[in-house]
Amino acid sequence: MPDLAINQIIGYVIICIGVIFDLFGVLGLVRLPDVYNRLQAATKSVTFGSAGILFGVFVYSGFTAMGFKAILAAIFILLTSPVSAHAIAKAAHKAGIKLTDKTVIDLYQEDKELQK
Amino acid sequence: MKVETKSRIVVFSLSLLVWILITTVFSIPSLVAGIIMALITAIFAGEMLIVTERKFHLKRVWYTIEYLFKFTWELIKANFNVAYIVIHPLLPIKPGIVKVKTKLKRDSALTMLANSITLTPGTLTVDIDVDNQILYVHWIYVKFTDIEQTTKDIGGRFEKLLEEIFE
Repeated sequence: MPDLAINQIIGYVIICIGVIFDLFGVLGLVRLPDVYNRLQAATKSVTFGSAGILFGVFVYSGFTAMGFKAILAAIFILLTSPVSAHAIAKAAHKAGIKLTDKTVIDLYQEDKELQK
Repeated sequence: MKVETKSRIVVFSLSLLVWILITTVFSIPSLVAGIIMALITAIFAGEMLIVTERKFHLKRVWYTIEYLFKFTWELIKANFNVAYIVIHPLLPIKPGIVKVKTKLKRDSALTMLANSITLTPGTLTVDIDVDNQILYVHWIYVKFTDIEQTTKDIGGRFEKLLEEIFE
């Protein structure tokens, strides 16, 4: 086994945790029934999973060019992923994609019909 | 100083900082290129960051730190929540779109509230009705449908802090 500094070991651990949570996100994409539920799984796991991986890279490489880039990428992911999820959800609802049969309530649709 | 000029200066410094962090090369040509790019950004999109004049309060910094801690905690909870739902063999979901009322008026505050709601356990903002101050939130496990209770449960987590920070 190659010699690893303590920060490299911690970095590897954080990267592993990130990969595990990304895996949960992917499982969610496969298992959950409709666009909106899948988006929920995708956005949440991306923030902790992918941002976690990038943070792990930062811990691994320290204050180097690679580390700074990883931290910046993590910040951009945290800022943009909810916005894009919001845009996709709104577009899906506008395009008339049905919610799953398990859905109990859709006040958005009701309000839209009221406005017409 | 005019608000617009102030906003441009902030945008210029931020873009220059991001450039330096990305390139991490401290040579003259790289810095000059960065300054030119930051200037272009500041000229074309500089007036959008800060819209209104506000005094600086130390209290606001404190609330921002508190918000960041709370946000991180909710983020971790959200991830475990997703993991639990996905691994559970019966897939315990009861989805629906509910309404949440908010007191916030500013665009920046509303954006942050919507983003926070999206990243917290089980909720995803679908649309905002700015005129009526209503958010439409997709909830993966609907507990109540009454607007008062949803407002307390979903919006209440961040609304007070965001009100202090942005309003």
